[in-house]
Amino acid sequence: MSRLQVVSGKGGTGKTTVAAALALALATEGKRTLLIEVEGRQGIAQLFETEALPYEERKIAVAPGGGEVYALAIDPELALLDYLQMFYKLGSAGRALKKLGAIDFATTIAPGVRDVLLTGKACEAVRRKDKGGRFVYDFVVMDAPPTGRVTRFLNVNDEVAGLAKIGPIHNQAQAVMRVLKSPETAVHLVTLLEEMPVQETSDGIAELRAARLPVGEIIVNMVRPQVLDAADLELVREVPRTAVAQALSAAGLGGARRGGKAEQLVDPLLEQAAEYAERHALEHEQRSALGELGLPLRELPLLAEGMDLAGLYELATELRNQGMS
Amino acid sequence: MSPQPAHTDDSARHRIAPARVLDVDPLLDDPETRIVVCCGSGGVGKTTTAAALGLRAAERGRKVVVLTIDPARRLAQSMGIDSLDNIPRRVKGIDDAAGGELHAMMLDMKRTFDEIVEAHADPERAAAILSNPFYQSLSAGFAGTQEYMAMEKLGQLRAREAWDLIVVDTPPSRSALDFLDAPKRLGSFLDGKLIRVLLAPAKVGGRAGMKFLNVGMSMMTGALGKVLGGQLLKDVQTFVAAMDSMFGGFRTRADATYKLLQAPGTAFLVVAAPERDALREAAYFVERLAAEKMPFAGLVLNRVHGSGADRLSAERALAAAENLVESRIVDQDDGKAGLRNSPDPYAGSDSPTASGPAADPPGPRGPEQGPGKDRTDSTHPANPEDSAKGVSSTGDADTADPMDPVDIADPVGASATGDDDADQGVDRLTAGLLRLHAERMRLLSRELRTRGRFTARHPEVAVAEVAALPGDVHDLAGLRDIGDRLAANRSERFDAADG
Repeated sequence: MSRLQVVSGKGGTGKTTVAAALALALATEGKRTLLIEVEGRQGIAQLFETEALPYEERKIAVAPGGGEVYALAIDPELALLDYLQMFYKLGSAGRALKKLGAIDFATTIAPGVRDVLLTGKACEAVRRKDKGGRFVYDFVVMDAPPTGRVTRFLNVNDEVAGLAKIGPIHNQAQAVMRVLKSPETAVHLVTLLEEMPVQETSDGIAELRAARLPVGEIIVNMVRPQVLDAADLELVREVPRTAVAQALSAAGLGGARRGGKAEQLVDPLLEQAAEYAERHALEHEQRSALGELGLPLRELPLLAEGMDLAGLYELATELRNQGMS
Repeated sequence: MSPQPAHTDDSARHRIAPARVLDVDPLLDDPETRIVVCCGSGGVGKTTTAAALGLRAAERGRKVVVLTIDPARRLAQSMGIDSLDNIPRRVKGIDDAAGGELHAMMLDMKRTFDEIVEAHADPERAAAILSNPFYQSLSAGFAGTQEYMAMEKLGQLRAREAWDLIVVDTPPSRSALDFLDAPKRLGSFLDGKLIRVLLAPAKVGGRAGMKFLNVGMSMMTGALGKVLGGQLLKDVQTFVAAMDSMFGGFRTRADATYKLLQAPGTAFLVVAAPERDALREAAYFVERLAAEKMPFAGLVLNRVHGSGADRLSAERALAAAENLVESRIVDQDDGKAGLRNSPDPYAGSDSPTASGPAADPPGPRGPEQGPGKDRTDSTHPANPEDSAKGVSSTGDADTADPMDPVDIADPVGASATGDDDADQGVDRLTAGLLRLHAERMRLLSRELRTRGRFTARHPEVAVAEVAALPGDVHDLAGLRDIGDRLAANRSERFDAADG
């Protein structure tokens, strides 16, 4: 089991939710995980229904069995100042740089520097040990940028290493890349059973592989329950309207004759079934496309009541049951 | 229709004050509208909305160009813009009876950046910039380049005056702020203090008074060199020196684009789906646009679900489904086909109340029970079938306990429908249809709750709802359909359905 679990996915697929559920799942049985957010959206705080996270590691949840989930929202500017302080003892010069806009420059404009800081922080947490020589965190889960940018984000260390051929950023980048390209890391992609997210997942995997980054698993999120089976779907195409009207009537929903309450339900219900059938066929297509990618597939259900803290624990249990932790 | 006392099934819906309705056609038709910007978080159908609006405006007679960032492959192919050449292409196959045209292009951000360099520097200098490693990385990679280049391209398209409406899709930003901030941020960097520091070594030997300053600056450069590495710093310096002459241009254009966005001819549409995160992000956009004094037109709410049978609640549908399955078990035991038509509780009336297991509370259930039009219709003799069938068992259902499957299955007056297997299949299917409906109704009420939260926070925002499609949109027909749904504004249909 890789100790750095990177979670990415197309926007709208619920990657932050999955990352949080994974952190919870990995924390069971007394383990300690760190959940890292890198895009400053405070999505983790919202999921765990807590106030905005500061730039410090703090405990946000207790997992079943006594495990703990810590969370950290990395602020690139503070991370850079931290870094400068740690390696150069820049002190007031650091503040002067900030005043000049150099920190802003380095963290938002200078390509890759920001990403080195973010991934560097994650790698540091992965390797951190306590006085007894034990790892402080059993697992680190990173809520990474979306699929379209994740390879660049993770590989940017290479890019920076190419750009800054010598110097401290270069060394830092090299060190980070050693962790990211090792089996210590797994990059998971979250998708939905829809055309665009599946296409993006497939593209993303190709990119990750080309960059020699370790691809982990595919997590299909928000899978709708199967309500009609194959026999139903076949029957629904040919069933006489009157038979459905009579069945509805028998179920106590009013008259089956033309214009009766039950009869009026037939068209809308059959229309919903036709939509279901169309969706079902599309989902089937997408599922087989995902199957061709040759990676383990996990499926998480769509939560009928929407996403909340209880739902998060439900998804974590689901991930555990499917053997993802 | 007038607001009746809440139907028990639909009470959730009535608690939500109807939002203002965003009418897209007048917006698209107004010749004063020159730019429509679609923004919103990722995965809400922004690109599709932009393309559908563009197509609709074109088919209503305007000369439109759609600037998309990252369209789905098949959609791009169907519009003929799947090659990244940064040139607007005329889209074939639209209905041009009204005299409109549709052009579309997909943004190539690196190409756009290169074009700026080529346009503002002599060939030798341009070549030096384009081959600089810092430039190559900056133009292809940094978070914000895409946002900046989208705005740059918008400015270019607008300046050409070749179209009377430009529809822009915005990049899937990390946060709402990026595309508004990028021009400013790049601009402030490019002519900020830092640049002067970076350029300082080249200017050594100025007036005596500058000397001290230069010492300070080279110390800074030293610190930067420490952080970034000497070689990277040198690349940056070379880049900055080469681009020096262009900075003014960058800043001016960034400002101009920003002002263009604020101008009355621009309309911002925030796109969202009725999901918690997407609407939270949408609220954020709305607030941000207001703070920046950007002309905000309204919210496009994609993928809204509805149901033609929304008077049947999830609970009742589930109970009825269970009823069907149970009665089937009883039928099997008795070897009977079961009653295929439950009697109407009141002859000729149209209510399932008495036979429904959910035991509706007394009192007004909905408009159809009042002395309204519905009732008149249902008692109208245009329904001779009812009397012909002679619903003889009327009284039975009235007094029967609807939860008792034996009563439901009571075969009084029923002619056995024949093939029992077929009946069983139909019952199973019907139970499935009811469960499917229950799921739909739950989704519907969740969407309404989510939307209600947004409306409570921003009651002033006009909303256009787009009914959900079961599949993806790949072609002009699909886009046209989305456009129709956008303009049809389902919120009215909701109100009508509610009575």
